[in-house]
Amino acid sequence: MATFNLTVNGKKQELNVDPSTPLLWVLRDHLNLVGTKFGCGMAQCGACTIHLDGKAVRSCILPVSAVGDQEVTTIEGLSENGDHPVQNAWLEHDVPQCGYCQAGQIMSAVALLKENPTPTDEQIENTMSGNICRCGTYTRIKAAIKTASKTINA
Amino acid sequence: MTTIKTGIGRRSFLKSSALAGGGLLLSFSWLGGCNPSPKEALSLPKEWFELNGYLKIGENGLVTIMSPNPEIGQNVKTSMPMLVAEELDVDWKNVIVEQAPLNTNVFTRQLAGGSQSIRQGWKSLRMAGATARRMLREAAAKSWNVPLDEVTTEASMLYHKGSGKSASYGEMASAAASITVPKEVELKNNKDFTIIGTSKNNVDGKSIVTGKPLYGLDYKKEGMLIAMMVQPPGFGMKLKSVDDSQARSMPGIKDIFTINTYKDDYARQWCDVDAFNDLVVVVGNTTWEVMNARKALKLEWEQFKDHDISSSSFSGDKVSIKVPGGLENSTRHALLMNEYAAKPGKVVRKDGNPDAAFSKAAKVIERSYSAPFLAHNTMEPMNFFAHVTADKAELVGPIQTPEFMEKSVAARLGLPLEKVDIQMTRQGGGFGRRLYGHFLVEAAVISQKVNAPVKLIYTREDDMSNGVYRPAYHALYRAALDADNNLIAFHVKAGGIPESPLFADRFPAGAVENYIAEEWSAPSNISVGAFRAPRSNFIAGAEQSFLDEVAEAAGKDPIQFRLDLLDRAIKNPVGEKNDYEPKRYAGVLELVKTKSNWGVDTPNVFRGVSAYFCHDSYVAHVIDLVMENDKPRVQKVHCAVDCGIVVNPVAAINLVEGGSVDGIGHAMYSGLTFTNGAPDQSNYHQYRLIRHREAPREIDVHFVKSDVDPTGLGEPPFPPVMGALANALYKASGKRHYQQPFITEGVKRG
Repeated sequence: MATFNLTVNGKKQELNVDPSTPLLWVLRDHLNLVGTKFGCGMAQCGACTIHLDGKAVRSCILPVSAVGDQEVTTIEGLSENGDHPVQNAWLEHDVPQCGYCQAGQIMSAVALLKENPTPTDEQIENTMSGNICRCGTYTRIKAAIKTASKTINA
Repeated sequence: MTTIKTGIGRRSFLKSSALAGGGLLLSFSWLGGCNPSPKEALSLPKEWFELNGYLKIGENGLVTIMSPNPEIGQNVKTSMPMLVAEELDVDWKNVIVEQAPLNTNVFTRQLAGGSQSIRQGWKSLRMAGATARRMLREAAAKSWNVPLDEVTTEASMLYHKGSGKSASYGEMASAAASITVPKEVELKNNKDFTIIGTSKNNVDGKSIVTGKPLYGLDYKKEGMLIAMMVQPPGFGMKLKSVDDSQARSMPGIKDIFTINTYKDDYARQWCDVDAFNDLVVVVGNTTWEVMNARKALKLEWEQFKDHDISSSSFSGDKVSIKVPGGLENSTRHALLMNEYAAKPGKVVRKDGNPDAAFSKAAKVIERSYSAPFLAHNTMEPMNFFAHVTADKAELVGPIQTPEFMEKSVAARLGLPLEKVDIQMTRQGGGFGRRLYGHFLVEAAVISQKVNAPVKLIYTREDDMSNGVYRPAYHALYRAALDADNNLIAFHVKAGGIPESPLFADRFPAGAVENYIAEEWSAPSNISVGAFRAPRSNFIAGAEQSFLDEVAEAAGKDPIQFRLDLLDRAIKNPVGEKNDYEPKRYAGVLELVKTKSNWGVDTPNVFRGVSAYFCHDSYVAHVIDLVMENDKPRVQKVHCAVDCGIVVNPVAAINLVEGGSVDGIGHAMYSGLTFTNGAPDQSNYHQYRLIRHREAPREIDVHFVKSDVDPTGLGEPPFPPVMGALANALYKASGKRHYQQPFITEGVKRG
């Protein structure tokens, strides 16, 4: 066990856990932030995607000890009122079916648009290929990202 | 106007009462049933008036509608309340939706399966709305002292034209709650629908995109422990010994023990399928601690011998299931399937004289198709919360069959049925996997043992290696053409490990003079269950690939070839027991033909077509494929659907798009193989699911305009697309595909 001081969604959090604990389980079990999902536990499906200093990271294989003073952002902290342009675009396109993977999809999409505000279809497809959607909402995800891109660049 | 007796589901209408003290009812379930409503919606009322088990109206006009069925991504939590709202004539923006708990006294068929939720709820849900509307009108008529039939409604308002009087539903709710429940009510004519047929966004949308706790895995309760199980490493094996000395002393670990999910003398229900009945369980404080302790267990396994399990079929018949011993291999399965296909099967249907027709044929085409076991791979792994005390059991989580599993839990714990309470969460996918709720029983047994609230969690590896798979299938087809290239005989022999995928009475049965359908099955100890569009999910692709090849051999356009056969089935059907309506079948082919501009070739675009009927609906696909760097990519999917009345177009289109992507993905990439009883794939680095860059670039969905009551939609778009894909791949590469997943056969440009 060791003590860690994390900044999660702008809030300081002190906790005492095994240093090998993946950030995913710290968020879900210790900080009660369950919007970040468990899907595979080996960075293959993207359901657990969060941001570390604004970059998309798979939290299921990231030990809490590796976070350091980097800012952690989860789906809950993406926007104060749930109205980030990407979240709005997701609602406009009514993207979710079961919805389980969508928090991870949104976090990947936000990181993509931050790095590249006007991605091509191919860039969207390649970046988003780390996030699996078993319901098959990919065409809507792409459409929503393009809508969000327009909003961001307007 | 249809008049309908409220005797259907009468139980839910017996009690009609004003429920005072809004506080009690405002304690909405933790499950986020109360959706954040649109900006312009009303705030929560001070008081609710329950007009029947499906709905309650606040004094300010806000309406809560209960969604009775499990939500697995098929949109019933939005589309089922739409049916209630339609007949209530309520303004949709003043509706909030709550997931109903399991309550067989109020609701009927609280099940997600067979694409039947909307179809089976079509009358009962509308009746719930119509009954409440009638009670509001009666209350208004009484209060205004005017004849009932002069009281009209529109968008949550009551009107009397003659006197100019009007009142909102909220104002009349209290009086309506004391009106006697009518014996019969009128339902609207289809042409008067104002909600059904209009697009309503997902009522959980905002909660999903903001990461609210909606799913079973998100559920928490004070004092809750985490449990995980360890199952044998392969099918055909069972537990021999446990050494937990090291694991037991690890941080956060509360207990380690073994459980039997079902008792040996228990007669299982159809949904009590499991693979491994003896499990080692680790219970602790947090997920990571339990995961680590699991790794420190020293377990020995041994092979089990042939044995029987007492069970019952879906229709309730008692059956004894033989579970053979032995460690199975996919290489052996492939040989086994060929052996069975070479032997006579069980003849299920025979029309005319197939033998004679084949012997005089000018051309005979014979092809075999196969597909592997599939794991459901819902993105949310299996899990369930249970809190069992001496006199009751409280269960919360994702389950498609709560009504059935309540009985299994009650039997296992020795509690009366009414002491078992099941709450349904939103589910991170179902696809048939959560019809089989052994994990719910496991959670209950674990909670009872540790005497604490427990959440049982499967890892992805647990989930993927846990059985209840789509069976492995095989189909052999033969077709006979005469000298004029007419299809004079058709033969299908289909089977699987351990069940057959055959639907003997589906197309082309009824369209061919001489027809024979045979089936076989080979025993296995690998457990199987329903997987999105069971059996159809293989046989559609096989049959539609074969018909494409037969059409080509006959020198006919593949759509025209099918239409000609359907024309025969319309005008002069062979046999009397044909499952499908040939006109509706032809309808989707005609629609997809028009919408895809079939017959107009585009350079370097390769097209394949298919059509299929299942779950009472008809779907046709045309796929436009391009080759990029020698790799196939679906440029566009054109899809025509006849599912009767479309309740919620935006969600219906989403389901058809998703079904098409899912079908292309499974046909192309997915499969589970076995070595010595153990699955060779245990996570997504080995088991491929379709990813974004492999998905179709564009999907066009068209619905046949229809006045037929709604039929299935969750499953029907999934099976046929596999055939369209195989046929498009052939056009691109010159190579036919017979074995799924096609990627294993190589899919390069020819």
